[in-house]
Amino acid sequence: MSEVIEAVASPGRRAVYEARLRKRSMRIAALSTMAVVVAIVVLVPLAPGWEAVKRSFFNGGVFTKTFPGLLNAFLLDIAIFAWSLPLIAIVGLLVAVCRDIQRPAFYPLRLFATIYTDVFRGLPVILVIYLVGFGVPGLGMPRPWNSPYIWGSLALILVYAAYVAEVIRSGIESIHKSQRSAALSLGLSPSDTMRYVILPQALRNVVPANMNLVVALQKDVALLSFVGPVEIFRQAGVYKSLFANFTPYVGAALIFLVITIPATRYADFLTHKRRRLEQ
Amino acid sequence: MTSLLRLTNVRKSFGTHHVLQGIDLDVSKGEMVCLIGASGSGKSTLLRTINLLEPIDDGEIILDGVDISEPGLNPQPVRQKIGLVFQSFNLFPHMSAADNVMLAPSRVKGLRKTELEAPVSALFERFGLADRIGHFPDQLSGGQQQRVAIIRALAMQPEILLFDEITSALDPELVAEVLDVLRALRGEGMTMILATHEMGFARELADKVCFLDRGRILEAGPPAELFDAPKKERTRQFLSQVL
Repeated sequence: MSEVIEAVASPGRRAVYEARLRKRSMRIAALSTMAVVVAIVVLVPLAPGWEAVKRSFFNGGVFTKTFPGLLNAFLLDIAIFAWSLPLIAIVGLLVAVCRDIQRPAFYPLRLFATIYTDVFRGLPVILVIYLVGFGVPGLGMPRPWNSPYIWGSLALILVYAAYVAEVIRSGIESIHKSQRSAALSLGLSPSDTMRYVILPQALRNVVPANMNLVVALQKDVALLSFVGPVEIFRQAGVYKSLFANFTPYVGAALIFLVITIPATRYADFLTHKRRRLEQ
Repeated sequence: MTSLLRLTNVRKSFGTHHVLQGIDLDVSKGEMVCLIGASGSGKSTLLRTINLLEPIDDGEIILDGVDISEPGLNPQPVRQKIGLVFQSFNLFPHMSAADNVMLAPSRVKGLRKTELEAPVSALFERFGLADRIGHFPDQLSGGQQQRVAIIRALAMQPEILLFDEITSALDPELVAEVLDVLRALRGEGMTMILATHEMGFARELADKVCFLDRGRILEAGPPAELFDAPKKERTRQFLSQVL
């Protein structure tokens, strides 16, 4: 009797083998990680310039003095991000839908939407920010319409909306045409078919891709510093000059990472979830 | 009996591929017509042209005395009168069964959800799906999905229903529950055209069976005639393969 119980309780040959394999690979991973960490900790300080780098990039004193100011400047990044994001979503959606309208009367709209996405996806973000951010205020408009906040943000919106439009359009195209047939066969109009049947499915499919754009936007907000707004990157530059020290840049990098790493992880999570659903 | 739907010399090509090469068909009110024939013989395309999903190249489709194949005609009001049920169900996956059914009546006919709730739950009840009304398509079996698709078409109160091989994508044990729905509709006098491979079902219930071959109706007649005494050699051949 006791023999039978033992036979049931003991793991099979396969499980024993796999457990041994698992232990072995964990040992190897731990050892190699340790080797790399030791190499960095021991070898980097041996570099001839290490003391100087430590002083100018990892300076504790400068860090504590500048960090609160950097955090404060980061609020501006968040604000620019927060007002740009909904506009990007709206413009991107409109452009994507315009590119799908088949009626001849709307041809100019379709053509414009196509040119728009081609142009703004084809330009470096920084170039658009320069051209719009310096160019439009140059028209000599009265305050507040000459503000670099407005035109810098507009540049970001134009570029990112073009990307979002392309992502949404790919989502629209990914919906099988039988869905459109089914909706039309019931007597729904083409616009109702788009609004109630195609778009809800398309948008859901492209959530992960759009999340990646959101993460990229969080970082690209820093580019606005080139046309004036004193956001975190610009503030770090000011501190750098003031203290003749690069530590503020490291502080700014840390602040960005606190926001972007969870966002990236979340985007990855959504992508995996989507992929699982599709299987 | 009065003719509800009349097709005259209907032609349709995709490029150089002539899918329909002059179809003549007369369907009376309350009639059930079955289209049989090999894959690619044009059954599906024929149904899609009647629903105006595919514009025809030539010929005429008359519904209730109105030429619905008139080029440039707005297809939306016509499609409300002609329901189409697909082989692969084509339910909207992001909506519950109830919302699938209510979308068209509310958007096209402007009916309010509160007005629709009672008649829609009555339909679900009638087809044995009362406990599935809030489920999403991926929570339903193939047979249940197809029944919801039929309810969705019925909810528009069409004058005629088209069925495009609606049991072909189902597991064999789920076919019967869908055919039962058709049997019930037949009993209520619904006008129906079925593209089907269910020969037993066609023989049992159809008023008329049409054998399609390469875009033509090669032979048509009451099921007893067509199945038991086919006139054309091609029909005999096809039937000997499927029966």
